[in-house]
Amino acid sequence: MTVTISEDLKAESKNLNFYYGALHSLKNVNLPIARRRVTALIGPSGCGKTTFLRCFNRMHDLYPHNRYEGEIIIYPEKLNIISPSVDPIEIRMQISMVFQKPNPFPKSIYENVAYGLRVRGVKKKGLIDEAVEKSLRGSALWDEVKDRLNNSAFDLSGGQQQRLCIARALATDPRILLFDEPTSALDPTATSKIEELIIELKNEVTIIIVTHNMQQAARVSDYTAFMYLGEIIEFDKTDKIFTAPSNKLTEEYITGRFG
Amino acid sequence: MSTVFEKELDALKEKVLKLGSLVEKAISDAVKSLVERNSTLAAETIDRDRILNTLDVEIDEDCIRLIALRQPRAGDLRLITTAMKITTDLERAGDLSVDIAERALELNEEPQLKPYIDIPRMAEIAQGMLRDSLDAFVKRDAALAKEVLTRDDMVDQLNYQVFNELLFFMIQDPRTVSRAVKITYVSKYLERIADHATNIAEMVVYLVEGKIIRHMLPDKI
Repeated sequence: MTVTISEDLKAESKNLNFYYGALHSLKNVNLPIARRRVTALIGPSGCGKTTFLRCFNRMHDLYPHNRYEGEIIIYPEKLNIISPSVDPIEIRMQISMVFQKPNPFPKSIYENVAYGLRVRGVKKKGLIDEAVEKSLRGSALWDEVKDRLNNSAFDLSGGQQQRLCIARALATDPRILLFDEPTSALDPTATSKIEELIIELKNEVTIIIVTHNMQQAARVSDYTAFMYLGEIIEFDKTDKIFTAPSNKLTEEYITGRFG
Repeated sequence: MSTVFEKELDALKEKVLKLGSLVEKAISDAVKSLVERNSTLAAETIDRDRILNTLDVEIDEDCIRLIALRQPRAGDLRLITTAMKITTDLERAGDLSVDIAERALELNEEPQLKPYIDIPRMAEIAQGMLRDSLDAFVKRDAALAKEVLTRDDMVDQLNYQVFNELLFFMIQDPRTVSRAVKITYVSKYLERIADHATNIAEMVVYLVEGKIIRHMLPDKI
């Protein structure tokens, strides 16, 4: 299905197909991603939502035999980020991913956040200090860690570690943030902090989130895409999807009757 | 196989229907007590309102519990919110039946002003609207619900007719004023019951189509 929305777009997938070797995992996915909005991808396990998310930062390039067809266009440059001529490393700087389980580097809190900048070749301590503070404030972690920036990241609680990973993702000033089930390993308090953060972050950055928790999709996202067997079955404003979806399959999935 | 949640939703629908049938009976008994000058029936109708009120509260509590514990979405959410709103309208229609029965008690104490012709017709149409809108609720039948909406005009028209006729009585003979005013009340109560049935039908359209049609012009529905 092809969908249009009446907002500025940050990205758009056009006839996107993806293959894990012979396995055709994404089928003609057309999806607009609104700028500075949260787009949630929902659907049963194996529906292709994580596969789709990973296309955005070219994670699939890490494995042989994976193949893309179609386009993922980033605006305003109109750059097709899955084109072989585009450097995946550069894309990952601009489109960062936060994973299911917090995965801080075995380094200090400070160095975790500074890492992306150092990889980028930023050397000035003043600039890095500034970016570390800004990112940690951005991920609502600053007040909790400002006095122990040189402690190991592993000293932090799970929820704090996840916010550290968000700060690390923010440090390179990304254009899109990708969240792959970012709270499935967290307790309800840490979860609600991350959700609040996502809603705040969309003032600055475009967000795509994969979640198994439908109430989470309902709480944090502006748009929701329901995927099934590698296809987008329905895409609409989140309030529409959760009150009156158009497609019977969507209805059955979100009311818990299948999936 | 139906899940526990589906069974709970079915039970909720059953309760709404039960309330609906009690309200229908209340309307028909209230009007009958007036037309047949049966004050015992009027008193019974007034007394039975307690059962309606209890059921009204029970349905509300069920809906709140389901929202809190099940976090319903999409069609389930619309079903529960619709049940809550429908129940309010049904309970109000029940209260109006009590009002009719109270006027019947008063009117039955005095000589009959005139034979009741339009009042039973109004009651019949209003009851039919209520019955069909609840039928549409259970069957998720938006077409039937929309058809119910078209009947409201007939009741409004009859109400207007009754009012004019009684106005004529009152102008001719001031001694009829007390009785005539009470009959215009009854007519107005029935007109309000039809409005509540209209609200229910509108909610059924929301339930089925996810579209709120209240306050919309008929050609937009």
